[in-house]
Amino acid sequence: MSANRTGVPGGYAGKWLDIDLTKDKIETVTFPYGILEQYFGGRGIAAKILWDRVGEKWSELDSLAPENPFIVATGPMTGIYPGARICVSGKSPANNGVIGSTAATETAVELKNAGYDGIIFTGKSETPVYLLITDNGVELVDAKHLWGLDSEETVIKLNKEVRDTLAKKMPRVGLWKEPATMYIGPAGENLVRNSAVCTKICHACGYGGYGALMGSKNLKAIAVKSRGKFPQVDAPETVKVLWRKVHADLIAVSPMRRWGTGAMGYGAGFGTSSEPIRNWQEEWHDEKQLGVNRYMDKYWVKVKWADFNCTTNCMKVSCIKNGKWKGDITDVPDYELQAYCGTNFGIYDAGDNIHLSTLMDKLGHSGINGANTVGLAAELYQRGILTEEDIGFKLEWGDVDAFDKLTRMMAYREGIGDILAEGSYRAAIKIAEMKGLPKKDVLKYVVHVKGIEIGAHGTRSDMDYTHDMTYAASVQGGDHTANVIDGYNDMSGNLYFDSAVYCSFTARGPSVALQFDFAKAVTGFPINITSWRKVNGPRITTLQKAFLLMGGPDLTWEPIKDDDNPPRYYEPLPSGPWKGKTTDKERVDLKIQAYFETLGWDARGIPKKETLERLDLGFLEKHMAKYR
Amino acid sequence: MSKPIWIARDPAMCSGCRRCELICSMEHEGWMWPDASRIRVFMPFPGIEVPHLCAQCMDYPCIAGCPTKALSKDPNTGAVLVDRAKCISCGACIRACPGSVPYMHPGDNKATICDLCGGSPKCVEVCAEAGYNCLTLVNEPPNVHRKIYSRNPYDTAKDLAVKLFGEKGEEVIE
Repeated sequence: MSANRTGVPGGYAGKWLDIDLTKDKIETVTFPYGILEQYFGGRGIAAKILWDRVGEKWSELDSLAPENPFIVATGPMTGIYPGARICVSGKSPANNGVIGSTAATETAVELKNAGYDGIIFTGKSETPVYLLITDNGVELVDAKHLWGLDSEETVIKLNKEVRDTLAKKMPRVGLWKEPATMYIGPAGENLVRNSAVCTKICHACGYGGYGALMGSKNLKAIAVKSRGKFPQVDAPETVKVLWRKVHADLIAVSPMRRWGTGAMGYGAGFGTSSEPIRNWQEEWHDEKQLGVNRYMDKYWVKVKWADFNCTTNCMKVSCIKNGKWKGDITDVPDYELQAYCGTNFGIYDAGDNIHLSTLMDKLGHSGINGANTVGLAAELYQRGILTEEDIGFKLEWGDVDAFDKLTRMMAYREGIGDILAEGSYRAAIKIAEMKGLPKKDVLKYVVHVKGIEIGAHGTRSDMDYTHDMTYAASVQGGDHTANVIDGYNDMSGNLYFDSAVYCSFTARGPSVALQFDFAKAVTGFPINITSWRKVNGPRITTLQKAFLLMGGPDLTWEPIKDDDNPPRYYEPLPSGPWKGKTTDKERVDLKIQAYFETLGWDARGIPKKETLERLDLGFLEKHMAKYR
Repeated sequence: MSKPIWIARDPAMCSGCRRCELICSMEHEGWMWPDASRIRVFMPFPGIEVPHLCAQCMDYPCIAGCPTKALSKDPNTGAVLVDRAKCISCGACIRACPGSVPYMHPGDNKATICDLCGGSPKCVEVCAEAGYNCLTLVNEPPNVHRKIYSRNPYDTAKDLAVKLFGEKGEEVIE
């Protein structure tokens, strides 16, 4: 820590918005230099804010209560380093822990240029509102006319409305650009526990269920348009050179630029046997109609689509121009949704897959987490646990219309959808109660870790980037973007992007050293990969772990017992070149112990007293002592 | 004397990366400042990105419309140059421009227009470097079509939406 430094470090706008929706009160708050250096931004600073705001009342706080802060955070690197993203957080409606959930959006850039590093929302508005931030001020605007609208409609309406407002308030500056927006769809409004905070019609902060948190506050959207410049940095001339250098490295990563992650719909099945098929009953397929060229040749209307300050352009724009799903627009779909809204439903047609991906985004579901829940329902139907009577129709694998219907029912909490809207874990418990079954008989089909549904990268073949203890050890459970690859070092790497707040795909190509030189030039902090791995990363992870241990009030995760993979991950793969292979439980246990030891946690994963002291987390000691 | 140049533009090729805005503002303002960039990318609907910049109309209505003679034509490149001391921020150039291209700078509130970087535009350089080729530099004498490219970006976006999305494109921009 740079002793006694004060003021605003490079890359930060310097202040946060602190908004009480109950009292309609908008204030600003600042954080000391030392806190920014310790927690950086995004996922890190969000966890610290949650401790300061909720702290010891954590276990009693209902995640959908007005007191739960909803945090929107940028980081010092956001917008300046290629690949701008925003991070949202709070007590997770999905698992009562803390997830740093990110998505690409210009909102992050506009927010910083408007002078704010982030927003803390508490309370609950009486009626639906959206937050409008312009150079003319910050205000809560009535959003009754937007409530109920899907993603597309919300974006279209907000773009026009805010442009008109700006042109009216500041007519003399010339033509106004559209605002940047983040918003929820019907799923968030109806408190679907794994729903997303959405951006740009097809991007989502998907993990954590923060759509429901926004919905619980009657907050439909955030719209920002500023004409300000990026915050000053510590070494601007160095940053300019590094900016060009990082882009040169990104431009050289050709498969990602050509295909995005869209090649994996086929590749993760046929190539690595790690793709969810029919709720993970299999992970291997040879379905060539999911080949990336089938999307490219028929549906891609823009092959190089990028978010702000990005040349990786993993995104492509897909559009269905004729037939049953005419008018559906989405991105690639990226691999996660190719898998979760495709193979996971037993659906192998590119068009049907695009449709269901579009539908998830339109409704404001997380296309990973929500689709995991819908897939779970289909397996329960297959097993006879849920019946046609329970659902209202037959739910056969591959039936696109049936999956379409159930996805809508979940967003509006209609019929069985009301139970599914609780997310896979809670829904399974409710279904077990409804059917008079032992919980474990239904929970064994739930593919999650600590209440967070697992991303579309299996571990049984051990051929993907995810391995045996990847999800089991992670403080963000099944989140495939924030996992433990094979020990704490890699975990801290992912944690770094979510706290610096930039995209993990613009981190592919440039060397780690280059990225930390960039961070140093922006912030002026004496940061490097070693300090991040030894201090900053473990500090944030340990704080997140504490929140997980405290959990509550309705769900709490048991140390060790819940630091594990779901039962399905220990079943042998039934097909493909790795048939018979599965996750080795003994190895998982061993590696988790090594992981705990490295982080300075005890054998049950409870942070030790000396660890807390070393990481300046002494404030946790009183609470962690209870769990030892 | 350099040859006349023009930045040819094809919005369908724009990725929306905004590197043009970033490099332009670094070049002209010394730091990243998208809203002070002489080229501005409008995105009225995700996937529909339209770079908006001066097209150097042959008859230069902005220069003709300026009451204080703050605008002039660069004899080498044909770009419109702004004498910031003479500009009174009246907005006449914005009104005179068929595409409402000029805007008032968020810093000094003076008319701001692409100066073609004096002959080697940085925006074109970064666009080509990334292989997008939405912006390309051409050595061509002025022609009547340039003025047609000076167009309200929302109108261009509406056309582009139909090109990319078909009938659905008619609904995505209000």
